[in-house]
Amino acid sequence: MIPTEFDYHAPESVDEALRLLAGAGDEAKLLAGGQSLLPVMRLRMAAPEVVIDLGRIEALRGVRDDGESIVIGAMTPHFEVVESALVHEHALVLSEAAATVADPQVRHRGTFGGALAHADPAGDMPAPVLALGGELVIQGPGGQRTVAAADFFEDYFTTALGEDEILTEIRIPKHTGWGGHYEKFTRVAQQWSIVAVAAAVRAEGGSITEARVALTNMGSVPIRATAVEQALAGTPADADSVRAAVAAVAEGTSPPSDINGDADYRRHLAAVLTRRAVLAASGA
Amino acid sequence: MTAVDERTTGETPQLEVGAARHRKEDQRLITGRTRWTDNMSLPGMLHMAMVRSPFAHARISSVDVDEAKRSPGVVAVITGSDLADVQGTLPNVWTITPEQKTPAHPSIAVDTVRFAGEIVACVVARTPAAARDAVELVDVDYDELPVVLDTVEALKDETLIHPDIGTNQSAHLVMDHQTESSVGDVDAVIEAARTDGIVFERRYEQQRLIPSFMEPRSMICDPTGEQTVLWSSTQIPHILRVLLAMSLGIPESKLRVIAPDVGGGFGGKLQVTPEEFITVLVARRLGKPCKYTETRSESLMAAHHGRAQHQKITLAARKDGTVTGLKAELIADMGAYLSLLGGGTPKLGAFMFNGIYKFDAYRFDLRTVFTNTAWTDAYRGAGRPEATFAIERIMDDFAHELGMDPLELRAKNWITHEEFPFTSVAGLEYDSGNYEAATAKAKELFGYDELRREQERRRADNDQVQLGIGVSTFTEMCGLAPSRTLGALAYAAGGWEHASIRMLPTGTVEVVTGVTPHGQGHETAWSQIVADRLGVPFENVEVLHGDTQIAHKGLDTYGSRSLVVGGIAVVKAVEKVIEKATVVAAHMLEASPGDIEFAEGRFSVRGTDQSKTLAEVAWAAFDAHDLPDGVEPSLDADAAFDPDTFSYPHGTHLCAVDVDTETGEVTIAKYVCVDDIGKVINPMIVEGQVHGGLVQGISQALFEEAVYDESGTLVTGSFVDYLVPSAPDLPHLTTDRTETPATTNELGVKGVGEAGTIASTPAVVNAVVDALRPWGVDDVPMPCSPHRVWQAVQGRSVGERTVTQPVNPETMQTDGSSGQLPTGDATGGDDR
Ligand SMILES: Cc1cc2nc3c(=O)[nH]c(=O)nc-3n(C[C@H](O)[C@H](O)[C@H](O)COP(=O)(O)OP(=O)(O)OC[C@H]3O[C@@H](n4cnc5c(N)ncnc54)[C@H](O)[C@@H]3O)c2cc1C
Repeated sequence: MIPTEFDYHAPESVDEALRLLAGAGDEAKLLAGGQSLLPVMRLRMAAPEVVIDLGRIEALRGVRDDGESIVIGAMTPHFEVVESALVHEHALVLSEAAATVADPQVRHRGTFGGALAHADPAGDMPAPVLALGGELVIQGPGGQRTVAAADFFEDYFTTALGEDEILTEIRIPKHTGWGGHYEKFTRVAQQWSIVAVAAAVRAEGGSITEARVALTNMGSVPIRATAVEQALAGTPADADSVRAAVAAVAEGTSPPSDINGDADYRRHLAAVLTRRAVLAASGA
Repeated sequence: MTAVDERTTGETPQLEVGAARHRKEDQRLITGRTRWTDNMSLPGMLHMAMVRSPFAHARISSVDVDEAKRSPGVVAVITGSDLADVQGTLPNVWTITPEQKTPAHPSIAVDTVRFAGEIVACVVARTPAAARDAVELVDVDYDELPVVLDTVEALKDETLIHPDIGTNQSAHLVMDHQTESSVGDVDAVIEAARTDGIVFERRYEQQRLIPSFMEPRSMICDPTGEQTVLWSSTQIPHILRVLLAMSLGIPESKLRVIAPDVGGGFGGKLQVTPEEFITVLVARRLGKPCKYTETRSESLMAAHHGRAQHQKITLAARKDGTVTGLKAELIADMGAYLSLLGGGTPKLGAFMFNGIYKFDAYRFDLRTVFTNTAWTDAYRGAGRPEATFAIERIMDDFAHELGMDPLELRAKNWITHEEFPFTSVAGLEYDSGNYEAATAKAKELFGYDELRREQERRRADNDQVQLGIGVSTFTEMCGLAPSRTLGALAYAAGGWEHASIRMLPTGTVEVVTGVTPHGQGHETAWSQIVADRLGVPFENVEVLHGDTQIAHKGLDTYGSRSLVVGGIAVVKAVEKVIEKATVVAAHMLEASPGDIEFAEGRFSVRGTDQSKTLAEVAWAAFDAHDLPDGVEPSLDADAAFDPDTFSYPHGTHLCAVDVDTETGEVTIAKYVCVDDIGKVINPMIVEGQVHGGLVQGISQALFEEAVYDESGTLVTGSFVDYLVPSAPDLPHLTTDRTETPATTNELGVKGVGEAGTIASTPAVVNAVVDALRPWGVDDVPMPCSPHRVWQAVQGRSVGERTVTQPVNPETMQTDGSSGQLPTGDATGGDDR
């Protein structure tokens, strides 16, 4: 488990990191928490010649209130997302999802931005960000741009990030007063999601007024279940009504088949887990 | 120190045996302040890395090492042809039938590779990184051959794994047994049942498992001294030394093998490995110390696997449920080569399929078969879990068939406590046991009747979460093993054990044991035994092991043998020390040895207040100023102990599971076991062994399975996919004991290391199947994953392996990704 040789840089600002990145071209890799990058380097599935560690850039870490949104720095480790009162209050589903990532060690090293940039289809951060309509703020040589979560995830492990760009922060529109639940299905605790569902729900008087639902590991990218969201609006927050509203959630998805289950099973799970997530999020 | 560590110094000294002593070894093991093999570094040491075949079956057409040799820091690159003349063949010590085919097994493949992960070359360099870098530069040309992965397919002999032996079947072993009162052999009994009874047939699948010890295998060979020294993370330093000598032609006296602290084995380090042979050969060739430490991926791929057996079980019974005949037809997967025990591992099950029941006739029919997969061998329980699973599963299935309570069916058929000693149909004499007592206690702790009522309620309510209750009333044979029996079974060595006691001049004690711990706590348990018997403080006993220069004789640790064989050897050695010391003490006290009695560390002249402590006697033997004529100046003693028989722990395990019929998820709601392991030396160690054992058995039932894709690549090549549970995945375990002392050894002890693993798997699967009976389900293949359980609920055929697209080991899922192939840029798909 020894990686190939590489040069290591630890810049202290985003600008410096961008310069280093520009200088090294496609031979470089950004290092965040290393929880995905280091294993693939040690297995020599990745062999960057230059590693640029973002760990010393203080500006990339932390959660702040920005009026309509909360803003989470890319280098904020999962455990800080879990513990953040702001995230808990305004983006409950995200807080819940972050708590399901791996184990305490990984949550202390792995970062929110790293998880999104890595874009593993079974990763737990993309779906809640997508459900909540998050925006990803990206810095590149030409300055800053903002990409909606819906446009960010392009394919397996592929995002809108260019090779010379850095994800700096993620803006999550506040969903204050909304319920939230992340329903993750695994066989053992430290496992990646077989299927998971992120749900944010606004409920009033036993009825769902608005819902946001996104699916993890039901295809190459996280999937926003817009038809289900529409069907849920105005639905009583009870098991039968929700069951009916979410029944078709897996329609049009192409989940993987592997040793944990075939595509059919995943489609079935998606409907069950969506019902459970929505009911839990609506406090039912 | 906590309360349990304090010895009360009252009138009646508290006995060590039976006390829940904290383990002496834990501080260094748990804090890591110890010498694992990989932590060691010798002057001038070189590092090795292995080039392994990505193909499961291929001819090697060429191996080009030139570029690798030119890589910075590389000292040598060694191929199979370089070693062809000296590497001999890795040993198999169990010829299970006289006709057994035992193909040659070179440490480095010379012309053919037969499983993915087989070594084709070895790089030696000045640093581990340089060695690893050069592995990429070795250019091997392979001509792929067709692969055979399943034993049934292999038995067709269409593709031969070892063409030189002309068949993929290594051996076919049939053992027939019948009691005197039987109407005939098992066929006759089954025939009789067909006309006037019940014949019940089932097929079960023992999936392939990977032992998953915590410390990956590591070894260092130092060839620079007069003796070649090998440190290895092994369970069997003594056996390794003998076999290295025999296989490589090195005089045994020129070899020293050391197993330092070893981080777990579970049978997975009961092996003589290609890596060890290569390390020794290469170090001796280069004249420099060499180290090899495997990566976890290499370990999962190429260290031996376990289980992997197709089972067909036929049970004959009378109409009232009294069992009469049992036939076990097995096909066991050996993998690509015969391992150290090879077919001996499934053969260990030969005496256990009948379990605790009274059969008239029994046949064990075993075929051992080669496939293009990693070799298989012992994994915690070795042969006995497979047997116990089959009998305990079929007893539950049969009870259901009869509409009988599974415990009632068992009670009808088991050996009652009055019947001990009892000779089983397989010819073993079970010395002691009380199945009724263990079962009664377990039922009570479990709340069996209440849970059955709860199950009824949920069934009636059509509850989405159904309750299932599973039973396993097991016994096992352990304490391997009487040497004569091993001889009769055609195993190459014996099963005795050796110990010595060294009385040091100041009255402290060194105990040398031939059993080699790798986490079990021998140092603590042996200290407790010796402290009581010699009357010396626990702290004054030091237990030495694992180095053939210190513990020069021994047969190591496996098969729950350490205490019941090795511990008894210690007792025998202690007795000799006391005998010798009595003579010296008598001389010192001017009394006759016949008048001396020894208790609590003191030799006294009976009926007087004259006495000498053991320490005083030890000093007298040391200064030797005044020893009786003809008495040697030493109290030290050796003993070798060969057991007359096996050890037969037993117990009743009850498991309740919640099965979510919507998702197929299985959650253990309650697990109760009452084990009878006879007398207990240290209840805390026993608890640890039972807990660990249960977890591994439960894990076979629910989580673990080594899966190959159709090209023979291990899909479960990392812990992302090979699922090992951790604490949150397991229930609280209620463990208790009954105590029926073994009558076959002085301590009254039985083995405990494997019991939990052997017993628990069928209890869990029985519970899962029990929950699904209303759906007409009568089996769920292991591991009972949510997907399979859901399929069973859907009424679909289960058990077909769903496998991902063929993947190449080099681009396979990693510890840090979810198992899908990174195709995009984010992790760099290039594998330079
Ligand atoms: C044992 C284990 C179990 C895990 N289980 C789960 C799980 O259950 N659910 C889950 O979601 N995750 C899981 N993870 C992954 C974990 O969440 C990782 O932290 C995450 O996937 C990557 O974050 P990181 O900070 O470690 O990124 P790194 O590994 O450092 O980087 C990952 C990738 O993103 C790129 N990158 C990182 N930061 C940036 C940036 N700011 N801008 C542009 N590119 C960037 C890197 O170049 C690299 O390609 C697990 C990891 C391990 C080791």
